[in-house]
Amino acid sequence: MVHVLKNVLNVPTELVWHKEFKHSGYDAVVLPGGFSYGDHLRCGVIAARSPAMEEVKLMAEEGKPVLGICNGFQILVEAEILPGAFLPNDSLKFICKWIILRCETAHTAFTSLISEGQMLHMPIAHHEGRYFHEAEALKALSFSRRIVFRYVDEKGEPSSKANPNGAVGNIAAIANERGNVLGIMPHPERASEPILNPSRRRDGALIFQSMVDYIKH
Amino acid sequence: MSTLSPPIKTHLTREEAEEIRKRLGREPNPVEWGMFDIMYSEHCSYKSSRPMLSLLPSRSPRVVVGPGYDSGIVDIGDGYVVAFKVESHNHPSAIEPYNGAATGVGGIVRDVLCVGARPIALLDSLRFGNPRSGRTQWLFKHVVRGIGDYGNCIGVPTVAGEVEFDSSFETNCLVNVACVGLAKREDIILAEFKEPGDILVLVGGPTGRDGIHGVTFASKTIGQQSEEDRPAVQIGDPFTKKLLIEAVLEALKTGQVRGLKDLGGGGLTCAASEMSFKGGRGVELNLDRVHVREEGMTPYELVLSESQERMLFAVNPQGLSQVLRVFEKYGLSYSIVGKVTEGGNVSVFFQGEKVAEVPSEILAQAPVIRREAKEPSLPADGQNYPTPKEPENLNEVFLSLLALPNIASQEWVFQQYDHEVGVRSVVKPGEGDAAVLRLLEIPKAIALKADCNSRHAYLDPFYGHAGALAEAARNVVCVGAEPVAYADCCNFGNPEKPEIFWQFKRGIEGLAYMGRGLGIPCVGGNVSFYNEDSETGVAVKPSTVVVMLGLIEDLQWITTLALKNPGDCVLVVGETRPEMGGSEYYCEIHRINQGRPPAAEAAREKASLQTVLKAIRAGYVSAAHDCSKGGLAVALALMAVQGKLGLKIELEHVPCRGVTRKDELLFSETYSRFILAVNEENVDVVLKLASREGAPARKVGRVVDDAVFLLQASGTPVIQVDLAEIEERWREAIPRIMEGKN
Repeated sequence: MVHVLKNVLNVPTELVWHKEFKHSGYDAVVLPGGFSYGDHLRCGVIAARSPAMEEVKLMAEEGKPVLGICNGFQILVEAEILPGAFLPNDSLKFICKWIILRCETAHTAFTSLISEGQMLHMPIAHHEGRYFHEAEALKALSFSRRIVFRYVDEKGEPSSKANPNGAVGNIAAIANERGNVLGIMPHPERASEPILNPSRRRDGALIFQSMVDYIKH
Repeated sequence: MSTLSPPIKTHLTREEAEEIRKRLGREPNPVEWGMFDIMYSEHCSYKSSRPMLSLLPSRSPRVVVGPGYDSGIVDIGDGYVVAFKVESHNHPSAIEPYNGAATGVGGIVRDVLCVGARPIALLDSLRFGNPRSGRTQWLFKHVVRGIGDYGNCIGVPTVAGEVEFDSSFETNCLVNVACVGLAKREDIILAEFKEPGDILVLVGGPTGRDGIHGVTFASKTIGQQSEEDRPAVQIGDPFTKKLLIEAVLEALKTGQVRGLKDLGGGGLTCAASEMSFKGGRGVELNLDRVHVREEGMTPYELVLSESQERMLFAVNPQGLSQVLRVFEKYGLSYSIVGKVTEGGNVSVFFQGEKVAEVPSEILAQAPVIRREAKEPSLPADGQNYPTPKEPENLNEVFLSLLALPNIASQEWVFQQYDHEVGVRSVVKPGEGDAAVLRLLEIPKAIALKADCNSRHAYLDPFYGHAGALAEAARNVVCVGAEPVAYADCCNFGNPEKPEIFWQFKRGIEGLAYMGRGLGIPCVGGNVSFYNEDSETGVAVKPSTVVVMLGLIEDLQWITTLALKNPGDCVLVVGETRPEMGGSEYYCEIHRINQGRPPAAEAAREKASLQTVLKAIRAGYVSAAHDCSKGGLAVALALMAVQGKLGLKIELEHVPCRGVTRKDELLFSETYSRFILAVNEENVDVVLKLASREGAPARKVGRVVDDAVFLLQASGTPVIQVDLAEIEERWREAIPRIMEGKN
């Protein structure tokens, strides 16, 4: 993550120790993937109670970009900064593979450089990645265009075959109302350099570049 | 000297006990007997294997640290080194597959970490019995999950490996895990006590009663009563391991750590006595200080416990507080358990009393056992089996081969591993013959692969083992890497049986022969004996897994196996011979477990390897793949499937010697063979290159733009199948078995 921001996108980036994080010194925060507290109890639930998350909340309220990737997304949900919940994948197994995402809205701090309907290649790597929310709430999410990416097949259809984990509505990423907080299960940082991306593109970098542009404007 | 507990039962032989009394000049007390018991176990002492292992060439200008340390260390230039090691966790995995496999990962990660390297990749080599048996499904499922959960959680990608199924592994599955780390050469640290007065800090998980006698358990055969050995299996804690990894690397940056070793098999006893022996210093341990998980542990239990996630540091007393601050930052428990002393004794104190005192050289140097080796009368004996009739429908045979568990796609396994974390994975599982990781620190990449063919090795341990080394070399060459060093993991039955020891002896001789012939040094290894079912007396097929490290100095050289361009010509390098023994075709289609396996010849191997490496580096090759299980037909099919492009091959052009039948040509597993896809204008130059290197090579066909896989002989189709059908058979076979899908 730090490598991609620093060396690929040339963004001044610091890795901050969770006990020392203060929101005031930064323009944006990324909660990377991983296994915070070993996924004990429930993914992200312990980290969501960390004092650092109070600082993250403040940044979100100030309208600064907050990006949660994989476990970072789970933490944002557990901290109730984003709505919904995560269930184990419907295969009940950890899944690491490359999937296709379709962008549903360009109106967020992370998708301004991506057009609606554009398809991106990225890998997923998770055991509890099945996004869930009640039907009513989903309608509201959809209505307010907060569903940002869905898992799709090669034709761009959110088919059940293209859904790697059983997420409701093939949802892979959602945003808050203002569009400055994004939670995404796939890993854009692993798809930001042609050498790592089987499609030889830099799809993931579009998300980070959008974030950088948002900060500048 | 006190004797706190009554004399204990040990696994030592009478000769070993006598030798100990003689060398010590007295009767050891019970705690000391316990320490000797584990240090003289096969697992810790290599007492049966040491004389043979010394045959393996282990030097080259790149080798910084060879066998005998926690990890082998290889210089890759630009001030960086790669540290790697492979180890077995067979016995624990056979009775508690999830934790057995998980702690196998945990142990090998510590081996790399404790030389000061950051772990950047894991590989796993797994062997199970019949995939349709309930026991195998239970073992397979939980071993894969155990490796995945642990590796995924610590953020180290599992990038390559292999799975083999054979009935000889029904009781004793084999779980071998390798870890690869990267470090600056100047940051390497060794497991040695150097300075008297240095403070010993035990860091990480608390010490409990788990894993007591894990190593002695691993040094006997498995039977009904093995269920009772379940307490000998350790329990892993990957989150603590993740903290330990970061804390160790940060603590080393202080420059105050002078020696470091992980606590694995043999626990505190093994770590302290080996560091003492290697550094030529003594050590004083105070067991009252050890942070524990349970009350009332005896000194015997404290010195023998194999609780996971622990490391032993020797720290400069002036820098102690600096180092301790790092452990505190990560919330890791630690205890100051003793100090380095003059002399060479391991002295252990408990409640103010000295409970053990033994010179480390006696502990660390178990007497070698000269085992008897006797050639068994294998079923391979002679060639006295009826040659099977050539099947009429080779199409059907070919499709059956693709769905064999030893050939089918291993996606079901590797999708459960995070193989992307760390943003280094360039050639991912299934995309090439080896994994390729680009390094973030320098503009180079490394290639990694683990290989072994136990069916070949069973029929001829010499050729089979030489072949495993050659195959691992071929695989890293296919992705554009030069093979620079390997580590091996030997898995055999009971070495007290002369027939088993003969397999081991011939196997090591085979490795030594091929290592010398190809100029690839061995930098570390692990030997696991007693992989045998004590009820039936069935031993595992001899299986020495070779983990190869390849170096890619220019990222442009990275090559995968998928066909890329319609119109490219297909070249075969290396000649096919009718070497059917141990082939999947013989074993699974004809149920013949006899015959002569492929002969491994270093000169022939080298000619092919050099041809392919040079052709790739010159930029002539668009796809490369070696021929292994399933032979030429299967290798061609996988290149087509991965590239989603068809092939049209004229079989009469395939270089061969002594081949009289089509099934031999298609399914023989002869070594030293590669398939290359080359642009038409470069075909002649690659053929000339092969001729200069002395490798038979020929153009055999073309990549085509429709989805048909056609192998024909003199214009008549021998195999003709749609790519979709090949893909379906190959990809769905293992999910079908494991998920009960139809």
